[in-house]
Amino acid sequence: MADDDDRVFKALADPTRRFLLDRLFARDGRTLTELESELEMTRFGVMKHLRVLEDANLVVTRRSGREKLHFLNPVPIRLVHDRWIDKYTERQVSALADLKTELEATA
Amino acid sequence: MSTQTQAETAVTTQVYRVYIKASPEAIWDAITKPEWTKRYGYRGEVEFDSFEPGGNIRFLAPPEMREMGMPEVVVDGEVVEADPPRRLVQTWHPLWSEEIAAETTRVTYDIEDDDAGVTRLTVTHEVEGAPITAAQVGLTQARMFEGGGGWPMILSDLKTLLETGSALT
Repeated sequence: MADDDDRVFKALADPTRRFLLDRLFARDGRTLTELESELEMTRFGVMKHLRVLEDANLVVTRRSGREKLHFLNPVPIRLVHDRWIDKYTERQVSALADLKTELEATA
Repeated sequence: MSTQTQAETAVTTQVYRVYIKASPEAIWDAITKPEWTKRYGYRGEVEFDSFEPGGNIRFLAPPEMREMGMPEVVVDGEVVEADPPRRLVQTWHPLWSEEIAAETTRVTYDIEDDDAGVTRLTVTHEVEGAPITAAQVGLTQARMFEGGGGWPMILSDLKTLLETGSALT
């Protein structure tokens, strides 16, 4: 699912979008109007950023009566973590273990 | 988790969504059958007495968790609504500590078709008025970088299992 990862990395590579995720982390289930009030940006600009976050599945919307609420969805971050971060931290650990074995063998 | 984190993070509804290359039936089975639930996430077996409203559900602790002092049943609950393989609504009552056992919340699984061969699974956990549950199943500041344990871990692992045939270790 390389496309999915691309969308997540692209969505996260923008300070406004990271700010929006942080706002949703602080309080989930917000309307566009609430999110817009915290940014020096037009409503249309904020909508565009939210759209990118939705396409990356980092934001999920739900209707509640007449309102559209935005929720932070952390699952894609977890998928990126499992796919990319775990792999390299594990390698570091095993590299250190190898080094220890080597040093102890030569000592 | 610190009380500070709980104060900063307002407690409402948590929504988790994952797209999986698998059929709705495969996802339904993975959620409701013990031979599947023991292969991903916390790896405990699930028991459904029935899919009728009011039917009892139990999530059992796997042996490693029991060794760590977890109770045999870590979460119990009741079926509120079951429409296989599309929708499951259940109450969710954790039992792993006295303080968390005071909270009962509601979990909904929605299983919908997306593009060809891809199914969208949305887990909605209504945690209003249940701050301890909210903090323990979701995304916390401490685990932000890895996308959280709890639901994000379970769903990421479920996707990997259904798409590759084996889950992460």
